[in-house]
Amino acid sequence: MRLTKFGLGMALSAVLATTAWAQQPVKIGLITTLSGPGGYIGADMRDAFQLAIDMEGGKLGGVPVQLVVEDDGFKPGQGKQIADRMMKTDGIRLFTGIIFSNIAGATVPDIVDGGGIYVSPNAGPSNFAGKECHKNYYVVSWQNDTLHESAGQNANLLGFKKVFILAPNYQAGKDALAGFKRFFKGEIAGEIYTRLDQTDYAPEMAQIRAAKPDAVYHFHPGGLGIAFTRQYQQAGLLGTIPMVVAAPSVDATLLKAVGDAAVGINGTTHWNTDFDNPANKKFMEAWTKKYGADRLPTYYAGQGYDTALAIGAALKGSGGDVKDTEKFRQAMLKADFQAVRGAFKFDKNQHPIQDWYATKVEKGPDGKPVIKTGAKVFSMQGDVYAKDCKM
Amino acid sequence: MTLALEQLLNGFQFGIMLFLLAAGLTLIFGIMNVINLAHGCLYMIGAYAAALVAARTGSFLLAIPAGLVAAGMAGLIIEFLVIRKLYDRDHLQQVLATFGLILFINEGVTMLFGRTPLFVSIPPALSGSIEIIPGIPYPTYRIAIMVVGLLVAGGLYLLVNKTRIGMLVRAGSTHREMVRALGVDIRLLYTIVFALGALLAGLAGLMAGPLLAVQVGMGEQILILTFVVVVIGGLGSIRGAFYGALIVGLTDTMLRAFLPGFFKTFMNASEADALGAGLSSMGIYLVMALVLLIRPQGLFHAQG
Repeated sequence: MRLTKFGLGMALSAVLATTAWAQQPVKIGLITTLSGPGGYIGADMRDAFQLAIDMEGGKLGGVPVQLVVEDDGFKPGQGKQIADRMMKTDGIRLFTGIIFSNIAGATVPDIVDGGGIYVSPNAGPSNFAGKECHKNYYVVSWQNDTLHESAGQNANLLGFKKVFILAPNYQAGKDALAGFKRFFKGEIAGEIYTRLDQTDYAPEMAQIRAAKPDAVYHFHPGGLGIAFTRQYQQAGLLGTIPMVVAAPSVDATLLKAVGDAAVGINGTTHWNTDFDNPANKKFMEAWTKKYGADRLPTYYAGQGYDTALAIGAALKGSGGDVKDTEKFRQAMLKADFQAVRGAFKFDKNQHPIQDWYATKVEKGPDGKPVIKTGAKVFSMQGDVYAKDCKM
Repeated sequence: MTLALEQLLNGFQFGIMLFLLAAGLTLIFGIMNVINLAHGCLYMIGAYAAALVAARTGSFLLAIPAGLVAAGMAGLIIEFLVIRKLYDRDHLQQVLATFGLILFINEGVTMLFGRTPLFVSIPPALSGSIEIIPGIPYPTYRIAIMVVGLLVAGGLYLLVNKTRIGMLVRAGSTHREMVRALGVDIRLLYTIVFALGALLAGLAGLMAGPLLAVQVGMGEQILILTFVVVVIGGLGSIRGAFYGALIVGLTDTMLRAFLPGFFKTFMNASEADALGAGLSSMGIYLVMALVLLIRPQGLFHAQG
């Protein structure tokens, strides 16, 4: 009797073990920047991604997933180490989360060369978009240049003839200025590369004033942009020389920090909180419920959420198998999900084709500044590097 | 010409900021022989305390003592808990311990106040601009920073050269053993000096708040430059810190402002920008190397 009980127990535990094994969640390595000036960006990215998982009850595309979050500390070397460790010791094959292009540059090649999959929710550096494109590398956000091409186009539409441009001296900064100039038809009044560790822009303000441009375009993500905008206002330039910037230089966190100083800034974006589509309404509702109405999601959150949905669609199509990268790829490229930004397709270099809109910072009904979406700047725009990608 | 003047002002103001940080660092190093990497944390604590109080009360006047007190208190606590154990250890251990402090404090601030940068509004009285140079409206707040910095520099000069404490500080930095042998409570002196350094760092932090984003890691961004200032000025010398800070501030600003333009006169724009940006970020280190070549002790070494 006791023996049978024992045997039953054994059988039961064996059954339990197999079901547990069968439901072993797919681990997703989210390497992101949670410290330093861009820390809030990583936090938004992580929280939106987690929100998508929570909304499906711990699953993406019907497949149980487990998010493993690590902070890259804004250091390329650290990002690379984390990826190596996650691949070798935790057996993670599916990665996402990197914010900054310099960190992506150090980390992504290791992941895809090691047979892993990387789905970018933010950084889309040019050097991985053309000749160096890779079957297991997807970008859900944008190719870096496109952000700034839309700002250049917006400057044309707004009728600016002479623009002063600035960006930090790193890959994404160079991509930014190149992208802006590719579409802007007027004259460049001045071009400055700032330092990535710089927080005081007084010398640059003096140069802007001396050059007397029609408008200023700058690309300073995160805390850098907050400092820049504040000092732009303090130097008395905000009222006199309009700003025409890309999404990273005017996000919800910046508005919170800068307040009324941000009113009147022209931006461009592929997603905004006020987008009128069912997927976005659902997202905004869930976000507000979880994080409160006080914390407006930045567009990084919108991208993090869309990335989670894209991965979900791919997992659904591949039955949760991330080892069979080709099967995963076929499913991913269908982009079978409702993006919060609206229309979304993958180009042949596995970067997005999407719409871009002009935005302007205005005073909202409660007196706080909000980003309002305006006219379309680009329709279903891909990037210029896709044609060089041979897969 | 007016542009050059304005850039000089900018460089001067940057230098003043660096001086406030470097003064404390150099005192602590010169007198106690302690390398304190966590000095940037005191700057951050001052900035955070001021930003939080300003946000709560809406008054910058209240934020000033808040920042000073918080940084001073943090300095006292750090000295008592950590630095005190390090006076007789070698520099490597000091570096390790104070680096640990950085990680600890940064993580602590993140837990308490989150990762989103905070912002302090400029007090209304200082939010305008003054045409110091005709035709160039220079932000009043930056002028206020310069005035405060110069007052502090003057005050420190008087303190070090005209008071009993200052005498002990000077003596302590050159003949530590002798001061101890004469029965001075060197421990108390150390604590006072450390707290003073912390206060100055806190002052720099609370003044930087309205200009920059108050965020975790802000101290480390400026710490490296502060060390460069201390090395150029000579360890333990307040005067050296002052001149060193002005040299670094002006060099950095002027190179950033005029080097790309200078290169543009004989090469294409994007190359000139890249080269200019590269060289201007190296500039201060080149200056440091030059100074060390000519005067290995720095400009005004306390023990020399």
